[in-house]
Amino acid sequence: MSACLTAANHLRIVKIKDIEQETPKVKSFCFNDKLCSMAKPGQFIMVWVPDVDEVPMSLSGMDPHVCSISVKNVGEATKALHQRKIGDYIGVRGPFGNGFRIVEGKVMVVGGGTGMTSLMPLVESLFKKNVEVTFLLGAKTKNELLFGDRIQAFLSKTKGRFEVTTEDGSSGSKGVVTDLAEKYLARKKFEYMYTCGPEPMMYRMLLLSERFQVPLQASLERLMRCAIGICGTCVIGKFRVCRDGPVLTGEQLSEVKEEFGHFKRAFNGGKVKL
Amino acid sequence: MRNLLAVEIAGLKLSNPTMLAAGILGMTGASLKEAIVCGAGAVVTKSVGLHLREGYPNPTVAQVACGLLNAMGLPNPGIAEFKEEIKEVKQSETRTPLIVSIYGFSTSEFVKVAKVAAEVGAEALELNLSCPHVKETGAEIGQNQDLVAEVVKELKENVTKPVFVKLTPNVADIVGVAKAAVEAGADALTAINTVGGMAIDVETTRPILANKIGGLSGPAIKPIAVKCVYEIYREVDVPIVGCGGITSWQDAIEFMLAGASAVQIGTAISTSGLGVFKSIIRGVNIYLKRKGFRSVKDIVGLSHRG
Repeated sequence: MSACLTAANHLRIVKIKDIEQETPKVKSFCFNDKLCSMAKPGQFIMVWVPDVDEVPMSLSGMDPHVCSISVKNVGEATKALHQRKIGDYIGVRGPFGNGFRIVEGKVMVVGGGTGMTSLMPLVESLFKKNVEVTFLLGAKTKNELLFGDRIQAFLSKTKGRFEVTTEDGSSGSKGVVTDLAEKYLARKKFEYMYTCGPEPMMYRMLLLSERFQVPLQASLERLMRCAIGICGTCVIGKFRVCRDGPVLTGEQLSEVKEEFGHFKRAFNGGKVKL
Repeated sequence: MRNLLAVEIAGLKLSNPTMLAAGILGMTGASLKEAIVCGAGAVVTKSVGLHLREGYPNPTVAQVACGLLNAMGLPNPGIAEFKEEIKEVKQSETRTPLIVSIYGFSTSEFVKVAKVAAEVGAEALELNLSCPHVKETGAEIGQNQDLVAEVVKELKENVTKPVFVKLTPNVADIVGVAKAAVEAGADALTAINTVGGMAIDVETTRPILANKIGGLSGPAIKPIAVKCVYEIYREVDVPIVGCGGITSWQDAIEFMLAGASAVQIGTAISTSGLGVFKSIIRGVNIYLKRKGFRSVKDIVGLSHRG
């Protein structure tokens, strides 16, 4: 029986090897972990900050030699993590979830805010397979554009395109990234779309995917406890985001349209408006 | 064709003897419906109380050898909000029994929650007298025969739905508690809830669970649960629902041979997914045919005979 244990769910204690300040609010933490380095783009881990909390985090890097998470300082756990120094210990379990399915052809990737953490490894994979990527990155303001430089560096070597929108116009065009996505979709044929970011943004991407008949994969964020599909905290309709996701297809999301983009579950199980 | 797997427990008709255990995915109507679609013969909700509880901070789950430790802390939105989830299940699903797991910090809280649950369609109530990690409820009631009797009696006087009592193994004499529950009117017993446990990380020297102590589930506790069911079966006349580490059809059969009329499945869903219901049902069915039994009821308590 495989019922006893899964290697991935076993808690490993890892040392923080390096810390990088990505934006004023986002730091990347690098560590070594064999299982995480074999993760697929879009998979996530549970990060334990001893005495504080355990939180789900997308892997932003899974190089054979070093893995990373990129964390925005938004709450108690992330604040505590931001205070950690090189050499400190954190706990990791995972990788969990399905990850992105890598496709070929003409692809649009639309990222917003810290949704970029899971899209970064995706773009690296797409790039390796010579997929033609149009990357649209949105943020509130210039200094919150996460990984913009890295994406640009990647795509400059290919036929890919890279465009930025900011809500205040401090970089790229002024506006929201989904409006830009709509313009692209109206004039160019795409075979596939990926998105990760704030859920209202991803909801608009779902509507665009339905309207322009372009299949979509979206990576969702929910509160989590177990990460192994039993506690029920992260459910959206019949789907368990930790197990059936975090990447759900446009078809799956169409099934849970009253919920997607509208509300999520609180730790107490009640509904919280998004 | 006759369904070899049909069972009746405290008046509830189940198409097969597998049930979704309390605390597993039972937080929303959609999740409960999905467990039914995946084959569960009955579903038990996450434990619900009178008032909202956030539960404990993470980590709430930690994997240990052959099992999972958890200390969720009874998170739930309170029955006033949760009743909408119950209604959602009952709107589309009328054949598969829905059992609402309830907890309370007093007898009157149990009664209030039970009444609302029954009004909106719960076919039965399962009393959580066994949660090992929240003070003044759960196992703190379930470890005291007088308190168990008091809660059960009060509920039976106030609600007409069948009452299941979920027992804690963290007692010296589980059979004594089982008898007290049955004498007070319990219609069925569920055995067992998690076994008290703890894990400490050696690198950081910290207890892993935020609540420090928790309950152990999964294959590690199966032999404990089988023994509890076996011993309770000898002493009581109400149906027993076996729970604790059931992962395969062999496990389900083992519990039934010990005396369980049905089995609840929880931790196995983390490794086998919701497909575990169908795989257990299929395995039990083949076993019954191979051994020449005409009904799954024929094997309940069979290990006691002969």
